[in-house]
Amino acid sequence: MAENIRTDEATGTDTVGHEWDGIEELNTPLPRWWLWTFYATVFWALVYVILYPAWPLVNSATAGVLGWSSRGDVEQQLAARQEQLAPVHEALIAADINSIPGNDELRTTAIQGGASAYKVHCVQCHGADAAGLGGYPNLNDDDWLWGGDLEAIEYTLVHGIRNPDHDETRFSQMPAFGADGLLDSAQIADTVAYVRTLSGEEQASAASQRGAELFANNCAVCHGAEGKGDRSLGAPNLTDAIALYGTDRESLTNTIYYSRNGVMPRWGQRLDAATIRMLAVYIHSLGGGEAAPVPEEAGQETENAEGAAQAETASADSESSDG
Amino acid sequence: MANPDITAEPERHIDLYAARKDVFPKAVNGFFRRLKWQIMAVTLAVYYITPWIRWDRGPYAPDQAVLVDLANRRFYFFSIEIWPHEFYYVAGMLVMAGIGLFLITSAVGRAWCGYACPQTVWTDLFQHVERWVDGDRNAQFRLKDSPWNFTKVRKRLTKWGIWLFIAFWTGGAWIMYFADAPTLVVDFWQGEAPFVAYATVGILTAITFIFGGFMREQVCIYMCPWPRIQTAMMDEKSLMVTYKDWRGEPRGSVKKAQKQPGAFGDCVDCNQCVAVCPTGIDIREGPQIGCITCALCIDACDTVMEQVGRPRGLIDYITEEDTEREKAGEPARANWKMLLRPRTLAYFTLWASIGMAMLFVLGNRSRLDLAAQQDRSPPFVQLSNGDVRNSFTVKLRNMENRPRDVIISVSGLEGATAWSDTVPRRDGQTSFTASVPADSVGKLQLFVVAPRDGAPGEELTITARGADAAADDSKASDSESFTFERPGQ
Repeated sequence: MAENIRTDEATGTDTVGHEWDGIEELNTPLPRWWLWTFYATVFWALVYVILYPAWPLVNSATAGVLGWSSRGDVEQQLAARQEQLAPVHEALIAADINSIPGNDELRTTAIQGGASAYKVHCVQCHGADAAGLGGYPNLNDDDWLWGGDLEAIEYTLVHGIRNPDHDETRFSQMPAFGADGLLDSAQIADTVAYVRTLSGEEQASAASQRGAELFANNCAVCHGAEGKGDRSLGAPNLTDAIALYGTDRESLTNTIYYSRNGVMPRWGQRLDAATIRMLAVYIHSLGGGEAAPVPEEAGQETENAEGAAQAETASADSESSDG
Repeated sequence: MANPDITAEPERHIDLYAARKDVFPKAVNGFFRRLKWQIMAVTLAVYYITPWIRWDRGPYAPDQAVLVDLANRRFYFFSIEIWPHEFYYVAGMLVMAGIGLFLITSAVGRAWCGYACPQTVWTDLFQHVERWVDGDRNAQFRLKDSPWNFTKVRKRLTKWGIWLFIAFWTGGAWIMYFADAPTLVVDFWQGEAPFVAYATVGILTAITFIFGGFMREQVCIYMCPWPRIQTAMMDEKSLMVTYKDWRGEPRGSVKKAQKQPGAFGDCVDCNQCVAVCPTGIDIREGPQIGCITCALCIDACDTVMEQVGRPRGLIDYITEEDTEREKAGEPARANWKMLLRPRTLAYFTLWASIGMAMLFVLGNRSRLDLAAQQDRSPPFVQLSNGDVRNSFTVKLRNMENRPRDVIISVSGLEGATAWSDTVPRRDGQTSFTASVPADSVGKLQLFVVAPRDGAPGEELTITARGADAAADDSKASDSESFTFERPGQ
């Protein structure tokens, strides 16, 4: 290769000795500043290796004299962020929860913070879209067993549902009518038929008429004579189009035979007050949140038709059926 | 290829790395030098003065005519205000700049390199400073070779000081485009400007100082990719600085020519074209990558030709096509004829069309923008009375410099009602008003409720309209349509 070096006549420069199909390369020297730039980058690399974690060892890497680590960096950033958010969190706790939606800054913070807290703590049961699934309530809709205003949601979050050893927890218990032998299978079938007429899924029949009597004797205590439920007891409204465990015959039969007892943790034990507040505001903002109960006269002034809508909702004809 | 006996070859040694050969171009006068002066004055003036032009936009927007407001994500250019989602205007400008370069290069060759490139302009400026401090070409060579005595130190410090001063103002002017210039200057000197301002000025000062003072032609030859691309845009009808070797060769001094009339060409081998070249090349060796077509060699050669009483234009702007014609003895054609040919006209038409289209779109753009997104998780929500609710995240961009009330309305969906998270829910309504602050984006959640039974694929249209605008003013309204999601459909 090297023996092919020759001097190019036109330029007076040597060739490097390679030849490709008659094309040769001139041995033109690189500019010296390029060399110095190269040395500078080498020097910089050495400095970097000394200052920062660089050499991989068996289980770790050299620490670098600056003691920098990406983990420490993240911790610092998190601490700084926490410190930055502290005043807002304090303001959130100090505020009346019903005033938060009217305060732009607090509402924005609460919804954003609540959305991220939701993704960590709530998606496991209520789903990423908060739409729930069989036994886990849909938080987007307007059907609330224990009330859907901000205070009710916050209370549910703090105290949970059906937590043993906690007096303030939300607790409702339906008897297991079949398992405990309160009703026999035929009676349960009649009751199912009647309940399904309440939500308009079945036409009245002889069975449902028998069921009506059974309902009045066994169920009306909690669900009300018309089946519209009772929030103070957490008893669901049986006349609307939403049912936590389904309204088909099989689901209803199972519910009445065995009863159902969903549990939600006491988040008050695990999360700080500000996070719970943010979660409550976020869930309330999903579209199903109800307005806080307002005094009669104030309600008319603000033209808040929530109450009226609620009443209409309850009496509205419902022809829907869950497949 | 010959395979020489290497033992017989003399020892040849080429260093891998070569030091720069100093280029101290000589001062020159002439038409192209004057043109360079004028272009330098205009480009530098535009660069330094632009950020200081004021433009009254009212209380909600800055009063700087040209401002790249990165923090608030706005670009202000006189009466035009560009939002991030309108960045295609900037993309359009870049496309125009690209096609403009095609046009210029195909017409007049490397005019960008020779006259308008910042590297050329600042290098030229720095070389004038150098000549002013150190003297002309020969004095500069002498000074370079002289030992470090008091005079040399004084001159070097003076020169570098002035360079540094120019470099600092160059870097300083750059940051003025990104913040309110008068405020930033005061903050800068009081040490209260953001760190990024000091860092930018520092880096740009260093780059200007090093590139303009020391790297100079090495940037054009080794670092810049543009000369490589540029040659692809040139053809045999593009103007190039050319030494007419058929007229100049063989070279001979005036004395030799007088002794042997007819034996020599017009070139008197005075080397002036090499002495004045800012990139240090010899144009008589033919077209080469180091030539930025600044034409200072033309000025130098014309001056000499006049002195020795020979016709001007031994070195001249000429196309390759005309080179062949002139070699064949045909008369030269006027250069301007080369400008009007299909290729340049096509580039110009394309360039102008994009410009016209952009102006048209700019004149008709809406200053209220609705960007709605149908929430997909969940796609719909079943309500307790059997109705179905869809939810939309709506962004309202109020691009005017005043707060506006915007009417959001929903239409096209049978029996639908709509409300937002920021207004109380009311039954039966299909529209409500939202207020959006000046020059900002309002975000709200829009809930649309409709009976469960409806035609499959039923569409609803969300319309945003300025409350104070006429109902048919398309510039003040915007709408989007969506398919209403229902269970089982």
